[in-house]
Amino acid sequence: MIKTGRFHLLLTFLGGLLLLFIIAPLLGMFLSTTPQEFFTTAQDKEVTLSIWLTLWTAMMATLVSGIGAIPLAYLLARRDFRLKRFVLGLIDLPIVIPHTAAGIAVLGFISRNSVVGKAASLIGLNFVGHPAGIAVAMAFVSLPYLLNAARDAFSGVPLRLEQAALNLGTPPGRVFFTIALPLAWRNIVSGLIMMFARGMSEFGAVIIIAYHPMITPVLIYERFGAFGLKYARPVSVIFILVSLVFFIILRLLSKEKKNA
Amino acid sequence: MLELHDISKKFGDFSLDGISLEVKHGEYYVVLGMSGAGKSLLLEMIAGLVTPDNGTIIINGKDITRERIQNRRVGLVFQDHAIFPHLTVRENIAYGLHNRKITKEEIRRRTATLAQQMNIAMLLQRRPSTLSGGELQRVALARTLASDPMLLLLDEPLASLDVQIRSGLRRLLRQIHQNGQTIIHVTHDYEEAISLATRVAVLHEGKIVQSGTADEVFHRPQSEFVAHFIGIRNFFPAALTAVPGHTDGTATAVVNDTVRVTLLSGHPPRMGNIMIRGEDIVISRKKAVTSAVNNFEGTVTDIHPGIHGMELHIDAGIHLVAVITKQSLNDLEIKEGDTVWASFKASAVRFIES
Repeated sequence: MIKTGRFHLLLTFLGGLLLLFIIAPLLGMFLSTTPQEFFTTAQDKEVTLSIWLTLWTAMMATLVSGIGAIPLAYLLARRDFRLKRFVLGLIDLPIVIPHTAAGIAVLGFISRNSVVGKAASLIGLNFVGHPAGIAVAMAFVSLPYLLNAARDAFSGVPLRLEQAALNLGTPPGRVFFTIALPLAWRNIVSGLIMMFARGMSEFGAVIIIAYHPMITPVLIYERFGAFGLKYARPVSVIFILVSLVFFIILRLLSKEKKNA
Repeated sequence: MLELHDISKKFGDFSLDGISLEVKHGEYYVVLGMSGAGKSLLLEMIAGLVTPDNGTIIINGKDITRERIQNRRVGLVFQDHAIFPHLTVRENIAYGLHNRKITKEEIRRRTATLAQQMNIAMLLQRRPSTLSGGELQRVALARTLASDPMLLLLDEPLASLDVQIRSGLRRLLRQIHQNGQTIIHVTHDYEEAISLATRVAVLHEGKIVQSGTADEVFHRPQSEFVAHFIGIRNFFPAALTAVPGHTDGTATAVVNDTVRVTLLSGHPPRMGNIMIRGEDIVISRKKAVTSAVNNFEGTVTDIHPGIHGMELHIDAGIHLVAVITKQSLNDLEIKEGDTVWASFKASAVRFIES
């Protein structure tokens, strides 16, 4: 018993150190930001504009990718096909590759010399330095979070229910919209929020494609480079608070699921 | 109506091997088999959830072996009911109706009628998670019947329900059949076959080992497996009658309008089947004075070895099969054509209502 007790203490000690490591920097940053700095920064047009830009580009990236990601997730959950393992690996690729490298790859894909870039310029759109380009970069690195969550969500819907619906003479399209999607919806929503939160915090891939207009992570980097820690800190605090809101919503959503 | 020709399938641990059967319009066809015999797999192939490796499935003359699930008009009631958890009972029943070109009013009307028939009208607003097993089964039946299937497939519809609810559901199934619905019902329980089937098939190790009327299959099992699996040899359609003056808990069942069998029963008068285990029948040369109240004199028509001992077929107005040891048979010196007495206690008789 005594030995287990000591071991338990050791675990608690090590775990506690790690938690401190997460909390201390954040707490330190919050504490070293004076209320005055906080409010001045919060009223800084450049800061608020960048936060709005970040929020809506991440939102667009999430919603537009959802149109393709949800059907793909359904296919991956329900069908077996050749190269499925390869596709599953491919989906996780954006998580493991360095984000600046991802940015370079995406830039090559959408720059004015590329096929996509040329097509876009026909309608007067240039991705580079444009919110649309930012959204593309965000989508590229955050898609795996939505795809994986949605795939798990669809896998969690018993196949039996879809078979029962088909057996009642229902066409597959209607089965998808009336059975699979409603039953998977809650988990898909948490996937959407996860993708949104991840897109919002992207820096590496975005800065390659668009330094301007400035999303908040880029703004923080710029203030740090130009003016130093003291000026980068309040922006970071505000941005973290905004991110926390979404993180809390996510946790509430997944908690609700357990109760249901 | 439905023809299966030489259907074979290997599917995980289950396999079916050369299944051929024919179900006629309006039949109540019961497939009996132990768990693992491939009963569910058979239904899933007829419904189109699984494609057979070999063979053809024909409904009303049309080959549907590779037809899509949604175009077959074969309603399958799953053993686990598969009720849509996010919809109310009403929405579940109406689900299939939305596939047809009928008005909202018509959907409402049909849903209400079905709910009435299935005796679940008071549950229409409820969520499936609040329903009992028997209620879920009725919702599943209503939902499937709403899609107006040509053929109704039931996967162990009475399993895991308690006795009271089971007999109510059995009555409901009989009523659905009487309305003209062709039904295939798979089960491991021979009582369901006795009380519901117009025809019975026994499925064993992926093959149909015997099929015919319940009478044929139960009285003349053609293989050791069937005899063993079914176990019960003596069952007779009978009318249960209340006997005035009997206050000791006994009742009389009349078989073929002539033979009267005394049994213990609390049932009110009704039609049904009585069953007596062959092992419970005592054979004697002369009428013996025992505690058995049922004593029948009859002629031995056949003697042959069975699984549990020698089987004696006796024509005593009803066809009784008694199981006795070889030793007793020798001691009593019974041969075919002899006259013997068959006796059994009232408590050895089981009544299954129909």
